[in-house]
Amino acid sequence: MLTFLALTSVVLLGIVPEQSQAIAIYTGWERHALVGSDIRLSCSFFSWRWTSEDVTFSWTYRPDGSRDSISIFHYTGGAAYVDNKGPFRDRLEFVGNPGRRDGSILLKNLELNDNGTFTCDAKNPPDIVGRPSSVRLLVFEKVPIQAGVITGAIIGVVLGLLVLIVVIYYLMRFLVARRVFSLSVSKHGKKKKEGSQQRQGPVPPADPSKIKV
Amino acid sequence: MLLILLGVLILHVIILILLIVSTAASAWSVADNSGKDLWYKCSTNNGGYHCQPSSNEDWIQAVQALMILSVLFCFFSLIAFLYQLFRLVKGGRFFFTAIFQILASVFVMCGAIIYTVMCPDDGTHPNFGYAYVLAWVAFPLCLISGLIYIVLRKKE
Repeated sequence: MLTFLALTSVVLLGIVPEQSQAIAIYTGWERHALVGSDIRLSCSFFSWRWTSEDVTFSWTYRPDGSRDSISIFHYTGGAAYVDNKGPFRDRLEFVGNPGRRDGSILLKNLELNDNGTFTCDAKNPPDIVGRPSSVRLLVFEKVPIQAGVITGAIIGVVLGLLVLIVVIYYLMRFLVARRVFSLSVSKHGKKKKEGSQQRQGPVPPADPSKIKV
Repeated sequence: MLLILLGVLILHVIILILLIVSTAASAWSVADNSGKDLWYKCSTNNGGYHCQPSSNEDWIQAVQALMILSVLFCFFSLIAFLYQLFRLVKGGRFFFTAIFQILASVFVMCGAIIYTVMCPDDGTHPNFGYAYVLAWVAFPLCLISGLIYIVLRKKE
């Protein structure tokens, strides 16, 4: 009975995930870069299987406005093959680690013509069923200011100054009031001392406030 | 005295409404079919009405910020006016209110000036829309209101 259960569980574990497993590939969604800079396009995958020795990565590039893709990178059998004829010759470098399921590439010295969609496809035999994932590259001549950054900055600075001025104003009033209070207390204390000293003498000098009443 | 206060309060509320409409409405400059302004560029062409966010240039964001600040300061001065109405000593002047109101008018002026100078030239030579006019109308009203508050004295 036990052996039967053990066998069924092993078989189920073997069959069911096999039917539901698929390789999942992750790249970014969109990447922004300046003309002339370098950018690293990352690609990694998730698979239920161990990373096999025949793992492959391949990148294809589709320029903006074009319907054809061109293959620019392929990694297979432990060797990386970079583009040596296409738009990225001498500008492409493999910086990934296939052992760690990382198939990232580095594009150097970007040009405005490099705008487009880069698709990464990874296969981990026997886990080969999966959807390639795409990342869109946008190359700018100068960094565009995001909407609302300057607006928020100006509003924040002015309101901050306002709060600062109000706080300083009330602080000054508080300090001045405290100073006046401590001065009046010391004066009151002096008067009391003089009064008690002169009580020993002949006649205490008349208090002008008492006369008025 | 009560009439004067009421009049001043109504003026203040009118200025606040003008500022809010001018800031929020999409009509700083209008060409034939399109309205363009601080926040959105809308145009009707090919039978569709398309809106896209205004260009992210520095000066448009500065104008946005200045208009929003002017609305905020006008609102603060309204609150300060109501507060000082009940708490001010007899014979005192509404200084806080006046300061905020004058600052609000300065911000509206700066915003309108920047927009005038850096007006987007698309080549279509648009006319200025009603929101732009409202901003220019609100500026002297705001200034006058601030000066009134400086002169106004609390009696009884």
